[in-house]
Amino acid sequence: MSRLLVCPPDYFGIEYEINPWMQLSNRVDHERAVRQWHALMRVFEHDLGIALERMTPIPGLPDLVFTANAGIVVGRTAVVSRFRYPERQGEEAHFAQWFRSHDYDVMRIDTDLCFEGAGDLLGFSDCWFGGYHPRSDIGVFPLLSERFHREIIPLELVDNRFYHLDTCFCPLSGGELLYFPAAFDAYGRQVIADRIPTAHRMAVPEKEAVKFACNAVCIGKHVVLPAGCVATQTWLLARGYEPHPVQLDEFMKSGGSAKCLTLALD
Amino acid sequence: MDHCEEQVWLHGHIIDSLVLAKVLDLIVMMGGTFDLSDVHIGRTKEEPSRVHIRIHTTSRTLLDNILKAIQPHGASIAREADCRTDAAPADGLLPDDFYATTHLPTQVRIDGRWVPVDRIEMDLAIVVDEQGSTAHALPMGDVRQGARIVVGREGVRVTPLPRPQERDVFGFMGSPVSTERPHGHAISDIAARMRRLREQRKQDHADSRVLLAGGPAIIHAGGREALTWLIEQGFIHLLFCGNALAAHDMEADLFGTSLGYGLTAGRAVPHGHEHHLRTINRIRAIGSIDAAVTSGVITQGIMAACVRHGVPMIMSGTIRDDGPLPGVITDSVNAQSAMRAMIPGVGLALLVASTLHAVATGNLLPATVPTVCVDINPSVPTKLTDRGSFQAVGLVMDAASFLTELARALGRTT
Repeated sequence: MSRLLVCPPDYFGIEYEINPWMQLSNRVDHERAVRQWHALMRVFEHDLGIALERMTPIPGLPDLVFTANAGIVVGRTAVVSRFRYPERQGEEAHFAQWFRSHDYDVMRIDTDLCFEGAGDLLGFSDCWFGGYHPRSDIGVFPLLSERFHREIIPLELVDNRFYHLDTCFCPLSGGELLYFPAAFDAYGRQVIADRIPTAHRMAVPEKEAVKFACNAVCIGKHVVLPAGCVATQTWLLARGYEPHPVQLDEFMKSGGSAKCLTLALD
Repeated sequence: MDHCEEQVWLHGHIIDSLVLAKVLDLIVMMGGTFDLSDVHIGRTKEEPSRVHIRIHTTSRTLLDNILKAIQPHGASIAREADCRTDAAPADGLLPDDFYATTHLPTQVRIDGRWVPVDRIEMDLAIVVDEQGSTAHALPMGDVRQGARIVVGREGVRVTPLPRPQERDVFGFMGSPVSTERPHGHAISDIAARMRRLREQRKQDHADSRVLLAGGPAIIHAGGREALTWLIEQGFIHLLFCGNALAAHDMEADLFGTSLGYGLTAGRAVPHGHEHHLRTINRIRAIGSIDAAVTSGVITQGIMAACVRHGVPMIMSGTIRDDGPLPGVITDSVNAQSAMRAMIPGVGLALLVASTLHAVATGNLLPATVPTVCVDINPSVPTKLTDRGSFQAVGLVMDAASFLTELARALGRTT
């Protein structure tokens, strides 16, 4: 991964409530949010040498900052999201336009199925996992599987706080996994156990899961994650990863953290 | 107690993800039962699986609750839709998205009713009549502007062949062609079926006609007498051939040769190569094969037997034909139509010693017609199967031996 799509938080704020984290009364400290976002970008650009593509922020689309939900990028094809809530549907055209103007083949899901991009589709090189129910519809995965010739294992998300797969499930570059087991039902937990050996899995404790420890960005042996997740960092260090904690609590007010703020382009 | 039922599809990576298990558990936990049908498990990790689930409940409310619970997991209700039709844009022209038939029994759904497609045959289109009450298969060339042609795949149902009831050679259709297989059992099974069809034909049963499509090797190899006997005994009811089989059969009657070879002496006779030309010329002078037989010019053989026993002959021409004989259809589209018109009522097809006529006839036959392809060259039955006539039983043997053995199994003593 050498490039990430990001969007500066010029218009970020809480203007509606579409997940349990969002409360209109819980005002975002805008200056603080901007500082946190730039600190995150510094880690990517200066510490990890990642190229960043910055989208132009749009007034009235406060969640455009969460570019993980733009869609997914596979090679030169971009599948643009189809959001569940009307509050975010206005973002689709801007994401599509950005991909088009950067010479991606833009694929739209030609049905009324919802799909919220890399928020609900992530995985390892040989197998992808698709989170469904709160935001994405399970029916979208066979379409993507057919298009990209990949196995996509659907996992139902059963805890409203973890409404996207990337809030509770983080595959790492060495085949390990950070996840919060209670976000899945018994079937999902079994599937994860079948695929990833116990020694390779970290069941993130709840107090770190609610800080979105799993909403981390793994680039090679570096893991950028929200600050305050000590047990997760310790586990990562023990497995040869270098954690890069970043304070992102202003974005947690909206139900997003490091991973939600980025989209892997290649 | 009420019985309610709904059919749903589940599609995707549903096995390893336990999505199928979850859906089935939900159905049972909520008080329903289920049957699985049409289970297709992906053969590779990447290939998705597909399962058709029939859900049964004792009340509509329970069924609705179950459907509501399983739909988020990808279960979609398998709604039956009517077939779609588009008007043919011009004579001989089909709409772009026309449905291309297989030779398996096929139905189309019109106004909620499943209607069988008549005259099914592979590689045709389906036309629905003006009233929407019947449907039949139609070759591209016969389409008339404005005809209602079935398009897409919705509302079209193809039924696989039922497992044959008889445990004879036709019960193992599609078995690989092999020169190693003994023929005796296959021939006695064919004979048994022909005996039964002859009885049924006497009682005017449907689909009791036996069709033989053959090439001139039948005459050259010495199968003429056996085939004549089969026709005279009422075992063959329809003959498809070309100019050559008819010409050499009558050459044998007039000159005792086949392509100039003395059939009894077994060697070329002087100027024998002219015999078939002189035969054709003589029949052309008479005007028809019928007249040649009824006037007593042709007295014995396959043509004589067909004329005397009222067995229809469809003779299709080819590029290399001499003459041709009167009655040979030289326009290939007309020949195909004439053959097609004779297919209804055929209950067994014997395709003997002719690649062209075997493949042409095979393509016209519905999969429900038991078919035997006999050729000395194994590539002919293989070719027929490759072209889609999977029901054909292949016998690799020479035409004369096959016909002689078959006639013997049916009671011929000489």
